[in-house]
Amino acid sequence: MVKRYGALTAVDGLTLTARRGEVTAILGPNGAGKTTTIEVCEGYRAADAGTVRVLGLDPARNLQKLLPRIGVMLQSGGIPPAVPAGEYLRLLSRFHQNPHDPAWLLDTVGLSESKRTAYKRLSGGQQQRLSLAAALIGRPELVFLDEPTAGMDPQARHATWDLIRALRADGVSVILTTHFMDEAELLSDHVVIIDAGRVVADGSPATLTGSAGQLRFRAEPGLDTDSLLSALPTDCAAKESPAGHYLIEVPSGTIEPALLAAVTAWCAERAVLPSSLRIESRTLEDVFLELTGRELRS
Amino acid sequence: MTFAPAPGAAPMRQMVAAQAGLETRTLLRNGEQLTLTLIIPLLLLAAFSLEPLVSFGGGYTRIDFLTPGVIALAVMSTAFTSQAIATGFERRYGVLKRLGAEPLSRTGLIAAKTVTVIAVELGQAVIIMLVALALGWSPNAVAAAIVVVPLLVLLGTAAFSGFALLLAGTLRAEATLAAANLIYVVMLGVGGVVFPLTKFPPGVRSLLELLPTGALSTGLRDVLANGAAFPAKNIVTLAVWAVVGIALAARFFRWE
Repeated sequence: MVKRYGALTAVDGLTLTARRGEVTAILGPNGAGKTTTIEVCEGYRAADAGTVRVLGLDPARNLQKLLPRIGVMLQSGGIPPAVPAGEYLRLLSRFHQNPHDPAWLLDTVGLSESKRTAYKRLSGGQQQRLSLAAALIGRPELVFLDEPTAGMDPQARHATWDLIRALRADGVSVILTTHFMDEAELLSDHVVIIDAGRVVADGSPATLTGSAGQLRFRAEPGLDTDSLLSALPTDCAAKESPAGHYLIEVPSGTIEPALLAAVTAWCAERAVLPSSLRIESRTLEDVFLELTGRELRS
Repeated sequence: MTFAPAPGAAPMRQMVAAQAGLETRTLLRNGEQLTLTLIIPLLLLAAFSLEPLVSFGGGYTRIDFLTPGVIALAVMSTAFTSQAIATGFERRYGVLKRLGAEPLSRTGLIAAKTVTVIAVELGQAVIIMLVALALGWSPNAVAAAIVVVPLLVLLGTAAFSGFALLLAGTLRAEATLAAANLIYVVMLGVGGVVFPLTKFPPGVRSLLELLPTGALSTGLRDVLANGAAFPAKNIVTLAVWAVVGIALAARFFRWE
């Protein structure tokens, strides 16, 4: 898919498939093309080139057939500021054939006590939860959630994660964007990382983080990492970054007990006591930063 | 309860009724809008009919002259000013965008807005006419007025709505607010609402009668105070404005 805004190419030949019944997370730095991609699928704008099918329908041609089947949570706004939360959900319920009970849904997202509160008087997190409920009211087959937990406190984030798990368990397909790597790693079956309008990685969280093992520890700054490396098996990498934080990576395998013994023995010979020593695999955040770089985006 | 999918659009009539219901309630709860659509017209009606602030001429009693003009003002306030401001802010807040993801089509949304405007106008008309009758209004009209007055009001509503949506769909919300209020005040002065157009020089007068507010107030006054059956010129004028306004809105309205 290709989408241009004047001279700017927002989506530049992006290809992705989100399977039914799965949670697909689209990750990418600001300006990567996440929202544009989702809004083409929602029928808000037409792609300049390529093929788009949502539930087998072309959003540019069969939008009125598609809309009843999808639920949409925009990145922000979209709800009339003066309308109370409960009244807004009741309105949306009247647009659908078999809607959820608005009172039940309001309770499910924890807004029962705010049903008479105008949208503009809700907190940022409450507004997000109402917007999420609005996406679900019509019992859709597929929901698009654009940064669903932005602005939520930890309790609301966890509640939202439970809700997304419940959607998946009940057979609803979910496509979400997020800047929280832990969210993507915890919730999704399938992660697509995009940058500059293209897919740079695509797979399950486990595939993307791979089996590469990491051993981290803290100790006095300035240890001789070359000497440390010479004491370890050949395929390891070792570095100190930042000062006093040491990282040993095994790109093609896991950290074996023997490696751990070699590291602690090397430290013991030098009377160095490592602290905060831990063994872990790469996180999605490591993969994301590796693929999209560390420089700040607009 | 479960989230098991069971999607489907509701019947169009149900969707339009729900949307129109919400829009009407929102409008009635909004103090500024209510001031514009009801309080100001009623104050004008009372103030200008009880005190001889302006000499209307033409052999009318004051209330007989004022009532048609105030009805025209009420129609403009709802169909034009209030609708432009409300729609401009709906666009700014992304409300129109979010509705675009619902089964309610754009045609359905326009229908809901039309129903809202007409419902509010009916309420305005009833209240204004009751107050006018209490103030001694005695319309001088032929039986055809039963059909011609609603026709004038509908054509005026169509014309005002077209230009309301043109403003709301092209300008920033704040600019729409300013322009819509400014036009309201100017038309209050030169639209034949409380100041008779006969007081203007003949050239200016015929020009003002070609504006939507002037055409509506003059047409209504012709039917309700002069006993005219069919003010053809005013009806044609309003119809032309309606076609032009709606065509421009359809061409230039931007949803986001």
